Amino acid sequence: MPMEASEIEALIRQGIPDARVIIEDLKGDGDHYSALVISEAFRGKSRVAQHQMVFAAMQGKMGGQLHAMALQTATPDNAPDFAKE
Amino acid sequence: MNNPVFDRIRQDLSENDVVLYMKGTPMFPQCGFSAAVVQVLTNLGVKFKGIDILVDPSLRDGIKQFTNWPTLPQLYVKGEFVGGCDIVREMAESGELKQLMTDKGVATA
Repeated sequence: MPMEASEIEALIRQGIPDARVIIEDLKGDGDHYSALVISEAFRGKSRVAQHQMVFAAMQGKMGGQLHAMALQTATPDNAPDFAKE
Repeated sequence: MNNPVFDRIRQDLSENDVVLYMKGTPMFPQCGFSAAVVQVLTNLGVKFKGIDILVDPSLRDGIKQFTNWPTLPQLYVKGEFVGGCDIVREMAESGELKQLMTDKGVATA
């Protein structure tokens, strides 16, 4: 079942309040997204732990309601160039 | 708590250095994410055991609970969860995946 990008962003920011979330709808079908999440909360955590924090914020919708979301996480320091403020 | 699915997963992980829980088989992946990880491992020249979760619904749910990770594929090296498709691809690009294999004593090409 598709989800709106704004809905995904709201969920993530509810769980990780300082997160910057950059979402792209890869196929335009509301079911295949890529998301870049940048937060101080990721500092010192492994990639697996960072992704698990995002999954927890998504409250079970990842892998369920949402079929596919390519996920990249970063702290403000190691965010990719295009996402730097 | 006794959970037969978890027991089976532990056994798979103890008997194989590199295990990929995936949709489909390494020869015929049934999902683009699984195919991508198979390709990464093949390019690295790593020998791995692919386990098709599509043929076993209890395993499909069990592996998600085992690792607290909601999606497939899932890659394990020497019993340790490495990540899903995005993490594996990122690590392959940076060279970290090859380093991890070397550190764990897994042969690469």
